[in-house]
Amino acid sequence: MSTKTFDAGVKDYKLTYWTPDYVPLESDLLACFKVVPQEGVPREEAAAAVAAESSTGTWTTVWSDLLTDIEFYKGKAYRIEDVPGDPEAFYAFIAYPLDLFEEGSVVNVLTSLVGNVFGFKAIRYLRLEDIRFPLAFIKTCGGPPSGIQVERDKLNKYGRPMLGCTIKPKLGLSAKNYGRVVYECLRGGLDLTKDDENINSQPFQRWRDRFDFVAEAVDKASAETGERKGHYLNVTAGTVEEMLKRAEYAKELGQPIIMHDFLTAGFTAHTTLANWCRDNGMLLHVHRAMHAVIDRNPRHGIHFRVLAKCLRLSGGDHLHTGTVVGKLEGDRAATLGFVDQLREAFVPEDRSRGIFFDQDWGSMPGVMAVASGGIHVWHMPALVTIFGDDSVLQFGGGTHGHPWGSAAGAAANRVALEACVKARNEGRDLEREGGDILREAARHSKELAIALETWKEIKFEFDTVDKLDV
Amino acid sequence: MSMAQVEDYRTRYTLETFSFLPALTADEIYDQIVYIINQGWTPALEHEAPENASTHYWGLWKLPFFGVRDPNEVMQEIEACRAAYPDHFIRLIGYDDYTQCEGHAFVVYRPRGF
Repeated sequence: MSTKTFDAGVKDYKLTYWTPDYVPLESDLLACFKVVPQEGVPREEAAAAVAAESSTGTWTTVWSDLLTDIEFYKGKAYRIEDVPGDPEAFYAFIAYPLDLFEEGSVVNVLTSLVGNVFGFKAIRYLRLEDIRFPLAFIKTCGGPPSGIQVERDKLNKYGRPMLGCTIKPKLGLSAKNYGRVVYECLRGGLDLTKDDENINSQPFQRWRDRFDFVAEAVDKASAETGERKGHYLNVTAGTVEEMLKRAEYAKELGQPIIMHDFLTAGFTAHTTLANWCRDNGMLLHVHRAMHAVIDRNPRHGIHFRVLAKCLRLSGGDHLHTGTVVGKLEGDRAATLGFVDQLREAFVPEDRSRGIFFDQDWGSMPGVMAVASGGIHVWHMPALVTIFGDDSVLQFGGGTHGHPWGSAAGAAANRVALEACVKARNEGRDLEREGGDILREAARHSKELAIALETWKEIKFEFDTVDKLDV
Repeated sequence: MSMAQVEDYRTRYTLETFSFLPALTADEIYDQIVYIINQGWTPALEHEAPENASTHYWGLWKLPFFGVRDPNEVMQEIEACRAAYPDHFIRLIGYDDYTQCEGHAFVVYRPRGF
């Protein structure tokens, strides 16, 4: 266009990137950032700066801007809102055209949206609160290798949450001793056991030995109980080649499920593994080590709901979500908000759950929510109510800590779970009558009676650090 | 804790959901049928000989009970299935056509010795 001219120098971001009249397109990728600007920087200028630095902008005008249609490619800051309870911060809503992102790559989305902009000087703090992925982008992503429905069919688990636990002590067991603990848990009534995230292939227990012993434990427990069992074999490794080698061996052993840490390994490695799982009919359990580094500060970083959405796109059949009631951080409404993002086909905007946009997931399969960490049998009624059937409830200490050992601990948890599900189906209020329901169930289970006695007094009542803005 | 206070845990052949509870009474089964119907799911029965119970597919009793809203009708079918296959396991299913998955499934009858 002959009307464009090049004026060298620095100009206000808002002249180009603050576009309050813009109406976002269905195909736009939308983001909501919580911004705390440096003193003296007006909100419009800060929002525009975020839009610029996360899309086409550079600190100064450049002649080569004129070679393209910047008006089309630029990120557009289109709305600003107050943050309830934090007068220094505001929400900036930014729309990005779909063309800015490579198909099927959450890596590319994150590199843009949470890249350089987070170190930008005019901004004191910055937090990516939510992303609305356009359906056109979602359809380019692989998503969960199996999804909730296929997993249920493969494992023959219906009408209830699945029950799992992490093998403890998490470090130091030999491969054979480790497999023993797996066998005890599974024969006692758990559906699934889990490698601790720290277990990769250390000198005290090399991965291949672990896989061999665990596979025998899983197969024996399945045959003896008449139930389908599994153990999340952790294939997280130092290189992608090693990761895939371990995954192949798990398949060779005929095992149903493997696990991976998506944040420490990175989205590229993770998406590669998810694609491998989809090609090989392997279920994929996903752990989230490092998430609290990124998501816990209410003013800076990335909210976990964004990481959870990215994981669903990258691929995973299970994802840890926190427990709401156990030893780890997690606000109930916010947790339920991102649990919906994992499992539902459509999630409407709902600020009371921290959801800033309508999100249409199209036909993408759902991810099971995993509640794990510091929970025990007394938490069962609350967990069943909060997480519903499409979840895995994992009791580590709450299984192995049973005075009669892991098999009895597993049985206690299974009795408690089934009693709660049965009572819920009968229309009883689990959160109000939970204690009675567990005590009634313990009349026909000595294992449960002992468990109820052992963990009676344990509670985790600290305030949540990252609360919803209300 | 002395060993005298620790009990040995004996592995059980359990067959999934509700296997760790005492066998459900007729009234308790009735309540679960009500739950299935109220969820909008279709009740159905499957049965299989114990030696084949580890397969995904069990024998299908008649057809799923499409459109049935009366729990008593399902109770009668459980009875009829049991009379026809007294040596088989029988499980009650709540089939969810929206997710194309079973919303509920548990064994309602075990032959003698299982």
